[in-house]
Amino acid sequence: MTEVFDIFLLEAVLNGLLLGGLLALLSLGLNLVFGVIDVVWICYAELIMCGMYAVYYLHVQYHWPLALAMLAAIAVVALLGLILHVFVIKPVLSAEPINQLLVTGGVLFFLQAAATLAFGIEFKNLGVTLPSVRLGEMSFSGARLIAFGVALAGMVALWIFLSRSYLGTAIRAISQDRQIMPLMGVDPARIFSLTSALGGGLAGLAACLLVLQYDIHPAIGLSFGPIVFLICVLGGLGNMLGGFIAAFVFAQFIAVGGFFFAIEWGYVIAFAFFIAVMFWRPRGILSR
Amino acid sequence: MLRVAKQPMLRIERVSAGYGGFQALFDVSLEVQAGESVAVIGPNGAGKTTLLRLISKLIEPTRGELTFDGASLAPLPAHEVVARGIAHVPENRRLFPRLTAEENLRMGAFTSRRQYRERLDQVYGLFPRLKEKRHQPAGTMSGGEQQMCAIGRALMSGPKLLLLDEPSAGLAPVVVQSIFDLVRRICAQGYTVLIVEQNIRQVLKVVSRAYLLDAGRIVQSGSADELRAAPEIQKAYLGL
Repeated sequence: MTEVFDIFLLEAVLNGLLLGGLLALLSLGLNLVFGVIDVVWICYAELIMCGMYAVYYLHVQYHWPLALAMLAAIAVVALLGLILHVFVIKPVLSAEPINQLLVTGGVLFFLQAAATLAFGIEFKNLGVTLPSVRLGEMSFSGARLIAFGVALAGMVALWIFLSRSYLGTAIRAISQDRQIMPLMGVDPARIFSLTSALGGGLAGLAACLLVLQYDIHPAIGLSFGPIVFLICVLGGLGNMLGGFIAAFVFAQFIAVGGFFFAIEWGYVIAFAFFIAVMFWRPRGILSR
Repeated sequence: MLRVAKQPMLRIERVSAGYGGFQALFDVSLEVQAGESVAVIGPNGAGKTTLLRLISKLIEPTRGELTFDGASLAPLPAHEVVARGIAHVPENRRLFPRLTAEENLRMGAFTSRRQYRERLDQVYGLFPRLKEKRHQPAGTMSGGEQQMCAIGRALMSGPKLLLLDEPSAGLAPVVVQSIFDLVRRICAQGYTVLIVEQNIRQVLKVVSRAYLLDAGRIVQSGSADELRAAPEIQKAYLGL
């Protein structure tokens, strides 16, 4: 009896780990953009929703091979990130933070409404079912395993880019001293555009992983957007390492809490934990 | 004093500048010849930093003309100035505190990546201490090390003209001496240097010529010896 209990607890912990990897990737783009540009993309999850629709339409309607559809979706969302920066963020760059929040919040509902108009409210799905992987008595979703692997690979690739390349170093430098970047021969506007496209590209990558597991509908962003935002805040907004750790912690609360009580309880416990941490460390676990 | 007839490397002609309603510089003219080391001295708030910020295009003049290597600087955006050969060590060093010393140097080579290795060796040759500390976050280094790193970062672009803004400010007296020794070595290596300083006594030992800037106007200029001997400078600034 105890043995069975333990194996399912282990399964829950491992599923939490898989979910953590995905949430870590989701928080990465938002943290990157905030860390560099100092603006929160409240509409981040809606960019992901657009990416999911892009994969769906290219693959299901236009019969592109899935891999190609996914690459195209990443490019589309990267472009959306750039457009968002140039037309929405740039004009409010020196405005009050509350105005920046409101304007990207406006984009959230705009994208949601526009998606309803363009794609309808019915749920769509890719119709791809990946086999689940059995390990002894435990069973793991194939889509989640792939998502976990790709998310980790994406994060490692981003880390190498940020720590080794000139542009990556400039992206880290600009968040520390924006004014003197021109003295290095760096055009700050160009770095901001690049970062926005990169943040969009990460949202696109997240879309490719989510579309394998979830149905698509115009309001899907609301089902994970707030969680991603809270994870970023929990880790210390703009701190990518903090977001990474927070994602795994949060996912464990969801998975293990859900195991001991019921799935819905997992979220209740996770959010209660979030509120408690905000009393203890209002600026997140690892504030900048 | 040796006068070269050819056109100066840097020419500033009757430039005025300010911030909003505040005018910081009035009708300032100044020249730097290739190979020369020149100081702009003067009290706090005289407009020295503004002058350097004008040269690297961080601010635009309201009037007047800046020419570098025979070409006007007017059409250049700030981030294209360094590629022309002007490197600026800003006031208070302004290193990227969470980047390592070496990453700071890498940022200095942003526009000239091909020469990165070669110049890194040169900078480490000049500042062996930086090589020891190369993996340390710049924000955790001592003031003197940070100033070396800031100068090294500027040298990484292989500049024709080096602008130094108060390199001795905020440093312990014994470190101040070593920074001026460094500046002297950099001048001796053939770099053209324009240095702005409040530490008038020390800087006049390092440069060949100087301008005295006071309340936004050039009030005196000449060789370092002439300025050191000038009674008004002795009285007002050297405390003699």
